[in-house]
Amino acid sequence: MSFKTSFPIIKRIFSTVPIKPKICIVGAGPAGFYTAQHLVKKLEKPEIDIYERLPVPFGLVRFGVAPDHPDVKNVIHTFTKTAQNPNVRFLGNINLGSNVTLEQLKNAYHVVLLTYGAEQSKTLNIPGENINNVIEARKIVGWYNGIPWDTDLNIDLSGEKVAIFGQGNVAIDVARILLTPIDELKKTDITQHALDAISTSKIKTISLIGRRGPLQAAFTIKELREMLKLRNCNTIWQPQDFIGVSEHLPTLVRPRKRLTELMLKSLKEQNDSACNKEFKPIFHRSPLKILGKSKVEEVVLGVNELKGDDILNQKSSLTDIRESIKCDLVVSSIGYKSVQADKDIPFDSHRGIVNHFNNKVDKGVYVSGWLGTGPTGVILTTMGNAFAVADLILQDMKEENLLNNNKGGFEEIIKLLNKQNVQVVSWQDWEKIDQFEQSEGKKNWETEGEDS
Amino acid sequence: MALNNILRSSLCVSRTLKFNYFKNNHRIVSTGQPALNKKEVEITFVKANGERIKAKGKIGDSLLDVVVNNNIDLDGFGACEGTLTCSTCHLILKPGDYESLPDKPTDEELDMLDLAYDLTDTSRLGCQIYLSEKLDGLEVKVPATINDARS
Ligand SMILES: Cc1cc2nc3c(=O)[nH]c(=O)nc-3n(C[C@H](O)[C@H](O)[C@H](O)COP(=O)(O)OP(=O)(O)OC[C@H]3O[C@@H](n4cnc5c(N)ncnc54)[C@H](O)[C@@H]3O)c2cc1C
Ligand code: FES
Repeated sequence: MSFKTSFPIIKRIFSTVPIKPKICIVGAGPAGFYTAQHLVKKLEKPEIDIYERLPVPFGLVRFGVAPDHPDVKNVIHTFTKTAQNPNVRFLGNINLGSNVTLEQLKNAYHVVLLTYGAEQSKTLNIPGENINNVIEARKIVGWYNGIPWDTDLNIDLSGEKVAIFGQGNVAIDVARILLTPIDELKKTDITQHALDAISTSKIKTISLIGRRGPLQAAFTIKELREMLKLRNCNTIWQPQDFIGVSEHLPTLVRPRKRLTELMLKSLKEQNDSACNKEFKPIFHRSPLKILGKSKVEEVVLGVNELKGDDILNQKSSLTDIRESIKCDLVVSSIGYKSVQADKDIPFDSHRGIVNHFNNKVDKGVYVSGWLGTGPTGVILTTMGNAFAVADLILQDMKEENLLNNNKGGFEEIIKLLNKQNVQVVSWQDWEKIDQFEQSEGKKNWETEGEDS
Repeated sequence: MALNNILRSSLCVSRTLKFNYFKNNHRIVSTGQPALNKKEVEITFVKANGERIKAKGKIGDSLLDVVVNNNIDLDGFGACEGTLTCSTCHLILKPGDYESLPDKPTDEELDMLDLAYDLTDTSRLGCQIYLSEKLDGLEVKVPATINDARS
């Protein structure tokens, strides 16, 4: 062998060509996109692959955020820019757990980031939870937002009274959508099947039931103000829930203070003005039992008292007092939880999150977004977490020498997917879906314009 | 699954979904008035790491417009494109500047600010502050977006 021909081989072996960082992100929601955005900015020519179970991106921004909040979804434009970066690849229709395993991804990539969110509901674990017309808020959200498997939701809106368990923003979203005048709902992105059903709804009163008191209320002020402004709907508070609350005002930090002040103001101004509909926040109550024969008829609530010195973190404790309220629909909105998508993912099934230490799951494996933080916080919160995790990954790449050998990346994974006949949906494919939707949406809009 | 099937099965049969996006698509460019003969004012953005970025904007532009039009690289800034639904455009003003702004924050702006990190008494949302001649030389602090996850 002459020197000439062998030289290139030697050169290759001793080459100092830097190893291309191959990073895979599982879950194309805000956590995935924001981490990708940060990494692609800081790394030189990385290969960032975003795996998504659905053929469409954006997670809860698309399928969670309420249809009457379209402006919140503007963040999709930022995500789109990230997806169009040549160093980022969207790989839709691939499910971690059934199409690929964590082990396979770890072998193919230097870094695996889990951002697959929290898509299940916590359960009440009380008798009667399975009676007809007791429905998880998550499913109603999926129904009005067009999640494929929630399209045929069996929801009966022919009764007047609704009880929602839980007082977070999701609970308020559901209450608002069900109480918004239909002519306003029509102007939103709501799915046609949900609009049709809600247009025949007989709902008059929605109670929003929470375990603790006004000082621990889980909804944010923006969502509450929207409820107070809702046309043709009166907000009715229970005055006894607010005994002693105003005394604490001076000690509260601004957000909590403004929220409490708004509730107190609304309580003071409360009257029986001629509205057709009522929104009734009820505090200090825990659901104990749901009753009904063919359909839900009544819920039994236990009255709570609050214990603890730290006023904002008081715990509820059940007294012997019971109450029951009649209702025709029960919505349980006590929180989302994650699932263990793959047996190798260390998982805390009690809290419903991936086990991690400061967002690190294992060497080269990280978590960000709701899967790690638990299902609380707005997109802003998820963004902060995602950026922090991206910084941690960059730091570990150096300190833990994560880039010490070449990895196969998607070239490895596609072989596995081909064997299963999985059809990967690329960003371009998704854009076709999107265009189709746009033209369908426009058609609907125009036909409606003609109707009216 | 063939793409057609995926398409059909996944389709969010949203009525107007993308139609709304059309409307908003170009929001990001500038919500200010036409550029003709508008006087420019200078704004300094001071990042959490101390870096100072000077930029010019036209009277009538919002501080968000200034960031967008000058391609200032502030992580995650302006996610909702100025529609008062995200609070990623949080800025901190000097007390004197805060007081002298002609438009006080609305309840809705304060509501969004209540979700921001590092909220101060002189915090504002950049998309709600519009440039006037008086603001020439204004200096604003950009709080860190990262609420350090390790703390
Ligand atoms: C009903 C509702 C309304 C909300 N409204 C607002 C609002 O108005 N404003 C606001 O700021 N925030 C809102 N939020 C909060 C916001 O949606 C979250 O902060 C954010 O979406 C969390 O992002 P994430 O990426 O962690 O999870 P997600 O958005 O859930 O993204 C996870 C992604 O992973 C995918 N995935 C799941 N399993 C797998 C798997 N096995 N393999 C591959 N991919 C998988 C999912 O399909 C999804 O696309 C709302 C949340 C809910 C539930
Ligand atoms: S850009 Fe979203 S609130 Fe200002």
